Amino acid sequence: MMKSFDDLIKRPVTWLSGEGEHANVVLSSRIRLARNLSKHRYPVRAEPDEAREVVELVRTVVDRSELVKEGIFFNSESLTPDDREILIERHLISPEFMRDEAPRGLFVDDDEASSLMVNEEDHMRIQAVRSGLDIRQALQRARTIERHLAEGLDFDCDTRLGFLTACPTNVGTGLRVSIMIHLPALVLTKEMDTVLSQVNKFGVGVRGFYGEGSDVLGNLFQISNQTTLGRTEEDLVDSLEKVTRQLLMYEENARRRLFTDAPNHIRDKLWRAFGILANARVLSSQEVMNLLSAVRLGVAMGESMGLDLRQVNELMLSVQPAHLQRHFEKEMTTEERDVARAEMVRKMLTRKRTTRRRGPRKSGEN
Amino acid sequence: MKCENCGKNDASVHFTQIRNNKKTEMHLCKECAKQKGFHNPLDDVPFPLAEFLNSMVKSGGTGTDPIARLVCSECGMRFIDFSRVGRFGCGNCYRAFRAPLEDLFRKIHGATRHCGRTNQQVDHTVKGVVEEEVRLKDELKRAIEREDFELAAALRDRLKALPSQSEPTESAQQDG
Repeated sequence: MMKSFDDLIKRPVTWLSGEGEHANVVLSSRIRLARNLSKHRYPVRAEPDEAREVVELVRTVVDRSELVKEGIFFNSESLTPDDREILIERHLISPEFMRDEAPRGLFVDDDEASSLMVNEEDHMRIQAVRSGLDIRQALQRARTIERHLAEGLDFDCDTRLGFLTACPTNVGTGLRVSIMIHLPALVLTKEMDTVLSQVNKFGVGVRGFYGEGSDVLGNLFQISNQTTLGRTEEDLVDSLEKVTRQLLMYEENARRRLFTDAPNHIRDKLWRAFGILANARVLSSQEVMNLLSAVRLGVAMGESMGLDLRQVNELMLSVQPAHLQRHFEKEMTTEERDVARAEMVRKMLTRKRTTRRRGPRKSGEN
Repeated sequence: MKCENCGKNDASVHFTQIRNNKKTEMHLCKECAKQKGFHNPLDDVPFPLAEFLNSMVKSGGTGTDPIARLVCSECGMRFIDFSRVGRFGCGNCYRAFRAPLEDLFRKIHGATRHCGRTNQQVDHTVKGVVEEEVRLKDELKRAIEREDFELAAALRDRLKALPSQSEPTESAQQDG
């Protein structure tokens, strides 16, 4: 069982495992349920004492439930700024969670497949993630946590409006379904415009997963429902799944076309990306994501790059600034991080290839 | 700053181009950037909340608009505050601001009524689906008798969303 923050981050992230349906294209399926307590002001308006009371209430219920055996609860005061950056990169908390020093709480289960934020924008945000396209299992898990919480807490729920939330965009089901999807071939063949204009008609939004605003890194996109009121959870899940399968099909077709129409050019492009990653001495966080995207496409298309999907997925996380610092166990400037990042990626890519060519050999790393 | 191409709209897209060691900067409006092929498809994703809220109280910025002057009795939030931050202060704000919110919900969600699970259904393993169904049907009957069709519609939705009809195995499933 997990005992501390360090235990938590040493574990591999299960939702990056590269397993599950359509993992070649879909990295993960994520569910979020927003819930609030009645008779308590929302975090943005609550005084510290009231906010602390909410954290304690939720913590008590978690401690009394089955959940306590499955994970660990942190009070935000016990998390250093570096810890929080790591949690953000792992998508366990949002940047909103560390907006200020107000009392907050975080519950994470042992395999990081689900979590609960207390006093983020809402009193409670239940989250569940699965690798690949698996929205329904994620929803089941989120509901299980919801049920444990409901044993000791009264959610604010209105007959007309459903579950009340701090933001009017979440009211009703409080459900957000987010699919993290890798669309390098659609970007390469410049079909994203067309595809997106079709997708937007279904009340589904698409945005870049990493990077701010319009700067999409690594061709990773996040698809999520834009509405939460007037449609059931099942309905929302169905339409998200439908749109995802559509995007999947477009992406797979584009990949196939690239590899049949211009096999040398596309393979050249992917292997050049591999070559840069395996040899570069300085890698910025932008560059690494775009190169890793090419390598991920190569691995997904069966190029023997000596890596599997899980390793590429995990590398995309390990090269993020806070994880990089934790790995090298020191504070670094941006320039130092770019050098360390190149070193980490180089080791990962070259070690695997030499191991493959020369057979097993002793290595100090794991 | 005005767009360098048309000179009419405000420039919102900024480019830095380096060619032959010479750096040039371009400042374009969205339309011209799109024409020149610098369009980002993600710009089109609608985000109506902030814009819409602003438009709702634009006329009431002076404090004479009755909508802008609505106040939540529980947390003290005024509608005009809400329109700036886009977040409610507490659950009661929904009741306090009910009238203007209808429009907002229609704009954001295309609906004004919840559909699906409610609080009573969270814990249905304990409370019993059958019990709930009976209770809802009873309520529905009375609502129709009173000709409260709004409530009747909501109750019908809740009946439809009961796990026995839409999701058979939730209670059997226990994640490990």
